[in-house]
Amino acid sequence: MTATIAPTRTAQNPLTAGQLPRWAPWALLGVAVLIGAAVAGLIAGASGTAFSLVTVALLGFVLYLVAVTVVSQLIEGGRKATDRLVTGLVVGAFLLALVPLISLVVTVAINGAARFDLEFFTYTMRNVVGEGGGVLHAIVGTVLVTIWAAIISVPVGIFTAIYLVEYGKGSLSKAITFFVDVMTGIPSIVAGLFAYALFALFAGEGVRSGFGGAVALSLLMIPTVVRSTEEMLKLVPNDLREASLALGVPKWLTIAKVVLPTALAGIVTGVTLAIARVIGETAPLLIIAGFTTNMNYNVFDGRMMTLPVFAFNQYVSPGVQEQAYFDRAWSAALVLILIVMILNIGARVIAHFFAPKAGR
Amino acid sequence: MKFTKLGRAAVVAAAGALLLSSCAANEPAATEPAGGDSAAPEASTLSGDLAGAGASSMGAAQEAWIAGFQTANPDVNITYDPAGSGAGREQFIAGGVGFAGSDAYLDDEELAGEFAACAPDSLPVDLPIYISPIAVIFNVEGVDSLNMDAATIAKIFSGQITNWNDPAIAEQNPEATLPDAAITAVHRSDDSGTTENFTEYLAATAESDWTEGVFETWPAAYGGEGAQGTSGVVDAVSNGTNTIGYADASRAGDLGTVALQVGEEYVPFTAEAAAAAVDASPRVEGRHEGDLAVDLDRTTTEAGVYPLVLISYAIACTDYEDDATAELVKAYLGYIASEEGQQAGAENAGNAPISDELREEILAVVDTIQ
Amino acid sequence: MTTAAPAASRATATKRPADIAFQAVSTVAGVLILIALGGVAIFLVAQAVPAIIGPIPEAEGASFWDWVWPLTFGTLWSAFLAMIMAVPLAVAIALFITHFAPRRLAQLLGYVIDLLAAIPSVIYGLWGIAVLAPFFQPAFLWLGENLGWLPLFTPPASGTGRTILTASVVLAVMVLPIITALCREIFLQTPRLNEEAALALGATRWEMITMAVLPHGRSGIIASSILGLGRALGETMAVAMVLASSGVVSFVVIGSQNPSTIAANIALRFPEAHGITVNMLIGSGLVLFAITLLVNGLSRWIIAKTTVDGGR
Repeated sequence: MTATIAPTRTAQNPLTAGQLPRWAPWALLGVAVLIGAAVAGLIAGASGTAFSLVTVALLGFVLYLVAVTVVSQLIEGGRKATDRLVTGLVVGAFLLALVPLISLVVTVAINGAARFDLEFFTYTMRNVVGEGGGVLHAIVGTVLVTIWAAIISVPVGIFTAIYLVEYGKGSLSKAITFFVDVMTGIPSIVAGLFAYALFALFAGEGVRSGFGGAVALSLLMIPTVVRSTEEMLKLVPNDLREASLALGVPKWLTIAKVVLPTALAGIVTGVTLAIARVIGETAPLLIIAGFTTNMNYNVFDGRMMTLPVFAFNQYVSPGVQEQAYFDRAWSAALVLILIVMILNIGARVIAHFFAPKAGR
Repeated sequence: MKFTKLGRAAVVAAAGALLLSSCAANEPAATEPAGGDSAAPEASTLSGDLAGAGASSMGAAQEAWIAGFQTANPDVNITYDPAGSGAGREQFIAGGVGFAGSDAYLDDEELAGEFAACAPDSLPVDLPIYISPIAVIFNVEGVDSLNMDAATIAKIFSGQITNWNDPAIAEQNPEATLPDAAITAVHRSDDSGTTENFTEYLAATAESDWTEGVFETWPAAYGGEGAQGTSGVVDAVSNGTNTIGYADASRAGDLGTVALQVGEEYVPFTAEAAAAAVDASPRVEGRHEGDLAVDLDRTTTEAGVYPLVLISYAIACTDYEDDATAELVKAYLGYIASEEGQQAGAENAGNAPISDELREEILAVVDTIQ
Repeated sequence: MTTAAPAASRATATKRPADIAFQAVSTVAGVLILIALGGVAIFLVAQAVPAIIGPIPEAEGASFWDWVWPLTFGTLWSAFLAMIMAVPLAVAIALFITHFAPRRLAQLLGYVIDLLAAIPSVIYGLWGIAVLAPFFQPAFLWLGENLGWLPLFTPPASGTGRTILTASVVLAVMVLPIITALCREIFLQTPRLNEEAALALGATRWEMITMAVLPHGRSGIIASSILGLGRALGETMAVAMVLASSGVVSFVVIGSQNPSTIAANIALRFPEAHGITVNMLIGSGLVLFAITLLVNGLSRWIIAKTTVDGGR
């Protein structure tokens, strides 16, 4: 670098020498998008098809990656160039992933807004034909079934993870780890069939209850809870455990007061994810929790409606006024997402208050 | 962690309390004296719960029937799981539900077995309470209706006719402008009574072009695109281009529909033409007393009959182990078969109301339920 | 943490009753899971045996294995397509949230991603039919015309766009939040000191990530991918709704003839199933169970092979 420096460059700030100015990547991006738009325009003109924003985005992105890498390679050197390339790729991947996600959310929000009114939250579907009606019974059902599923699976899942990380050794621990992974692959409908078979043993044929649904959902929920909690517990530094034990704190207190709080934020995320994973399940609930248009508060007896089953049914067998049914289906989906959102916020608030203050 | 759980429990309890204190606006309050405020002179004395399960085809009609019946009998709770015909029959046989809805009547093998809900030595009956025409729907720009004979439909769905401007279609539709485009034939990917009735029609009327016979599951050999459920087929046909499919006529909406060749003329689907198809058909032979299973005559040449229909049965015991269930089933099925019930069902589900003759027969059987 | 559990070295220390009770509760929880799984396995096997050993209806195929093979293929193929799309994307998003985005934005994004995991599969299915399939259909036509010589894109293309590629994209979008959320938590747990040390030595951000973050999170990435894979393999409703399935075995991803998946097939056929068909369907559930077993075994083996001791 020494011999080739031109006299004019000695005036530059030595700290920023050999670096692209901050605006350079943005300028490159702008140029790339413009070229992309021009090419897309040419294609559209030549083939007579509509001007495609997808083409613009794709071309612009690729051109930008090439340009920024080459320019950076020339000015900043290979290592920096790689870094810029990867940064571009990561941001690009993120934006790409956002497209379907946003599309989904917008679709649900727009379609769901149609029936997002007071009647929807204060009525059940009892004696409702055609338009109108509400999902109060399904909201109650979903909340109760999910709470019971969480009551079953969260303690079992967290204690299993504690066993695996803090106590487990030998073949039992290996077996549990392995089979928990296997559990993730149980098709949801099989979980429903199993729960039905189990409850039919005790309560006879034709048994339907929200609690049965909760058991079926627990089967699907437990592996997610165990796996995420396990990973989070593993990440708690051993120094913390050793320090606590060295102070004479019993092991169980060490786990309860040091290990779990440290990992709490991650565990809460895992549990929320697990709930999110099962709250939208349709097939097992249709089999074991059943289908009704009436309100039912008792999880241990009788059919219980849930939001996903409701949405699915409204979509699958609409009557003549099909728009009313589709509107209800979308609104039910929107309500479902809102419920998870509330659960999520609640969990995060709790985690925020009880987790130890960490660096970030 | 303890605190966390406590906190979460508190949130849960609060949410639960909120929910429990709120009562659905349209449900009878639990504290209200049963039937006390009913001003009608003939206040219903029926009460209790009745569960049914089965065909999703009659799901929308059951909704209307349940609503109508519960309005007249406020202390009754009826539920209907539209879980599928097979599931409904299985649950009925096991005694899990009081009645079943099914696109197919009980077969001999099932009849030979035990029925948990019925009194020993009594057999259940199949009552044809839901009749719905199946429409052949298509999405071709600028074409609203087409005439086709069964052979043409069979060839399209079995992949022998692959282009819309095929002479076989054009000959029957001289005035339609058909595009030079590939046909995408959409069929049900789930097992369904609609597929069974559709293929039964083709197998009966176009034997030489439809060689795979009658099936509930579409065979891979015939190709085409699968779609889940009636809604899936309707969506696939309306979202795709140059598509054709078959679905409950009530869902045809704005899509083009096919008029079937019956005898010398082409018959578009109507409720009356569908109900006429059932009346023109004989009963299944060798059934036990009271059973009204229909052997649909697909090859009929009678005028004004639309033979591509689906019949769904209510399956109930003639003699229930439990008298309370018997009373409810009797009243409920009586309501369904009544003119009022059929009308309510048709308004919500778009099916074809049963004819008066059939109603009389059904009501006579319902009367014997005990 | 390597395999050395903290308990191992302290086995001789005197145990308090509370300690014993706590350990017992933990162990019981683990054993409970095994019992539940054992119950599911027994249920599956008991229900599947009649179909596996006995004859199945002629229309379905020559034997149970003939019948289940195309479904197995479809399950693996769609899950594979979904995972090659989802895992790199998910890792990239997690990296973006943890190491590239401004902190406030990152928190918000993390939150949004969590929510997406909650959208019921029915809605993914509806979205797949209404939005994604029509969007992809012209692209499939183009692929069929211009890249038709590739076995993946053999024409004719589907008329509705409801192909296995569309279904896999839906699956990928579904598993994305799961993998992302877990990866994000794991990346956040990278020891700050390691990251700062790398940066202080003059490493670029990417070099710091490859040196500190990714090695630290390797087991976590694989674990979260397995969770995602589990969902992709077992996903029922969305695939059932989106995919135009027929019982073929084909690698073509743009055609109208697509292999179905085991879970979707169960959902499609179970409601109308009776007699031996029920046993066949549950038998296919058992096969899916076995596949998950195999896939998990394989990934564990890979972790064991590639993990360098003392990685952290």
